[in-house]
Amino acid sequence: MKTTRLSRRVFLKGAVVAGAGLTMGFDLAGGRRALAQTEPFVPNAWIRITPDDIVTVIVGKSDMGQGVLTSMPMLIAEELEADWSKIRTEQAPAAPQVYGNPAIGGMQLTGGSTSVRSSWLTLRQAGAAAKEMLVEAAARQWGVDPAACTAENGAVLHPPTGRRLTYGQLTDTAARVPVPPNPKLKDPKNFKLIGKRVKRLENPPKVDGSAIYGIDVKMAGMLIATVVRCPVFGGKAKSFDASGAQAVAGVRHVVPISSGIAVVADAYWPAKLGRDALVIEWDEGPNAGLSTAGIRAMLEAAAKQPGRVARQEGDAATALAAAARRVEAVYEVPFLAHATMEPMSCTASVRADGADVWTGTQWQDGTQKVTASITGLPLEAIKVHTTLLGGGFGRRFEQDFVTETVEIAKAVSAPVKLVWSREDDMRHDFYRPATYNALAAGIDAQGRPLAWSHRIVGPSIAARAFPPLIRDGIDPTSVEGAANIPYAIPNIHVEAIMKDTGVPVGFWRSVGSSQNAFITECFLDEVAAAAGRDPYELRRALLTKSPRHLTVLELAAAQAGWGKPPAPGRARGIAVAESFGSVVADVAEVSVSSEGEVRVHRVVCAVDCGLVVNPDTVEAQMEGATVYGLTAALRGAITIAGGHVEQSNFHDYPLLRINEMPTVEVHILPSAEAPGGVGEPGTPPIAPAVVNAIFAATGTRIRSLPISTHELRRV
Amino acid sequence: MATLNVNQREYTANARPDTPLLWVLRDSLGLTGTKYGCGMALCGACTVHLDGEPVRSCVTPLSAAQGRAVTTIEGLAPSSDHPVQRAWVQEEVAQCGYCQPGQIMSAAALLARTPTPSDADIDAAMAGNLCRCGTYQRIRRAIHAAAKLAGGTR
Ligand code: FES
Ligand code: FES
Repeated sequence: MKTTRLSRRVFLKGAVVAGAGLTMGFDLAGGRRALAQTEPFVPNAWIRITPDDIVTVIVGKSDMGQGVLTSMPMLIAEELEADWSKIRTEQAPAAPQVYGNPAIGGMQLTGGSTSVRSSWLTLRQAGAAAKEMLVEAAARQWGVDPAACTAENGAVLHPPTGRRLTYGQLTDTAARVPVPPNPKLKDPKNFKLIGKRVKRLENPPKVDGSAIYGIDVKMAGMLIATVVRCPVFGGKAKSFDASGAQAVAGVRHVVPISSGIAVVADAYWPAKLGRDALVIEWDEGPNAGLSTAGIRAMLEAAAKQPGRVARQEGDAATALAAAARRVEAVYEVPFLAHATMEPMSCTASVRADGADVWTGTQWQDGTQKVTASITGLPLEAIKVHTTLLGGGFGRRFEQDFVTETVEIAKAVSAPVKLVWSREDDMRHDFYRPATYNALAAGIDAQGRPLAWSHRIVGPSIAARAFPPLIRDGIDPTSVEGAANIPYAIPNIHVEAIMKDTGVPVGFWRSVGSSQNAFITECFLDEVAAAAGRDPYELRRALLTKSPRHLTVLELAAAQAGWGKPPAPGRARGIAVAESFGSVVADVAEVSVSSEGEVRVHRVVCAVDCGLVVNPDTVEAQMEGATVYGLTAALRGAITIAGGHVEQSNFHDYPLLRINEMPTVEVHILPSAEAPGGVGEPGTPPIAPAVVNAIFAATGTRIRSLPISTHELRRV
Repeated sequence: MATLNVNQREYTANARPDTPLLWVLRDSLGLTGTKYGCGMALCGACTVHLDGEPVRSCVTPLSAAQGRAVTTIEGLAPSSDHPVQRAWVQEEVAQCGYCQPGQIMSAAALLARTPTPSDADIDAAMAGNLCRCGTYQRIRRAIHAAAKLAGGTR
């Protein structure tokens, strides 16, 4: 049994922070939190046990639907031998030194599908340490050897005498037991909770209206703000006339802030009417002439130059020149908006001695830092209260809406809730990068792929959001899913060119893999067609040295009935992609009507995400990530004209609806390996699986997304 | 001052008569279970019942709701135990959950009209409710489950 040494310092430090959490814990479950009792036992930053036997788990991750308010407590409860019915949750304060994510540079950040991966050992150790302390406490109280005691279902037992004390009865004594430096973890074969379909703790408040999202925060004296920003990226307000806005009943303030002009009112509607009445003259700046066609030409021109090499194996150029057959293609993807169902929102109260911020953030210490820098207050004086997130997908990592709220709250000296409209949200996002890709492959006379070359041109997310990520001129987020293609092709050359377009770009569910899986998995299908080989069999032949990919691919193909004819009028496409430590393969069953309408009927999804904490959550994430990727593949596009985003709401940025929902069958590969990511890896393979199925149905090869921009006809 | 009947309670709201019911509920009455998603009747997040019929409260002016019975997610069932709510928990429908009050209000209205809906009935009644988290497959399953739960308790 492997155990990892715990830093006692972290535990002790953590206890202090959790203590602070007692007074400021934000009630996210709509008033269902247990009242804090006297003498809680707080063994570390994640656990608080009160005499009423309630075990409160302090969760350092943000809930955006991926289930962390259940999976994090499961990791603790498993080792703590807690009574699951006594588990409650509370969101952690901003304290990266304790809740920081080691997988992401120690930032307190929920992203990169890292929640379970980064907590897998830490939280189990926290639970195991607390359990050992409770056992020791009981043994002391009984005057027996702790080795003769066992813990189970929220109590310590002494089987020889039949004595039993609940955890709640032991809080006083346990608080005086030293923290064990090296708690012993359970053998996975003895897990009682991990791997089970545990009911989601956070779901009941999500069905009765009591769940609190950022947009739902209320406090006494709170005003509501809207902000008008320059429609053109990078533009600024030159002058404005507030008289019309101020004439609206209920409007209290009109204040310029760094991103535009804020209208602050008693409620949202007067704030919105006030905003409509504002007259603003903009300085549109250098991006005023930007257009989608111009950006495309910019990327295409940049692609004429060689890029920085992300992967080099063998000599692709020579092998291509000597190949019996060459396949060449250009693949393109558009900008995409996140379009979380809850538009951006944030509430802030700024006082002389401190500030509080309530928001659904994916990055607590980022929120804390921007608030400190705007208010001039020390970090310790800034309290961040994490609400539920009405969708994250990478958008709520950004701090733009926090910055605006804090600036407004400071300017008007009152608590302020900022509510973005859907139009604000659509037009002022950080978009999934548009990219231009030149690919070439060489095939030998026997139909074996010998060479693969891929040049990626696009804006860099890291350059804007996190420059230290860039190594040797390469943003790893632009080549993920492209540089690491798993296929045994002897000559591989992948290179990338960073090209800023003036459009702000950001992390969008599964990031680079979201587009690179489409590009590489569709191009590989082209190679298979050129070589006259079955796309599944060719992949198998090239995956002999990538057993994880191979197993997942074979599972999806077997479940989908690959090789047997599909229902009349339907065709199948297949794709596999690894991202965030997990591998997912999809087989999509698609039909194309005589009018060219694409319908996805069925998606068979196989996933290897290592050891599974909650299979129901894995299935839910695969279903949801499939829909997210399918919306993008079928019709997702943000286009630019006159330097601004042309789309504004769901009529021109349409999402998949229930009447278009395919059946999604999820098959989880049994695994004892350490957990992989789950929130994002379901997105990458769906676009190529569908596009490859469209090729099988129509003979038309789609090389740019979305699919809706192509004229299709069934063959 | 306008009076409004919400969840069988009389409220007075200090809002202009053309204020969308959504913002009256959320800002004046503090009933934040009804969500804002688009403001243009495109997403269904704001769905409430007006005399039992599902409406998009973001495009329903306060004046049109006066003198009628408004039901929001908070008032759908006294102990949040409407068959649709029970089915939603049983089937673990919610991911982020933001769209779900609207989904549940639409589904409850569907079942009131059509106690045992087919998949096609579900598609027709629910196509106006977007879910960015992609919970549609479970919504479908949960509506069938709710139909059974409701049948069982009748
Ligand atoms: S907010 Fe009313 S339909 Fe979207
Ligand atoms: S559950 Fe998140 S939008 Fe539906």
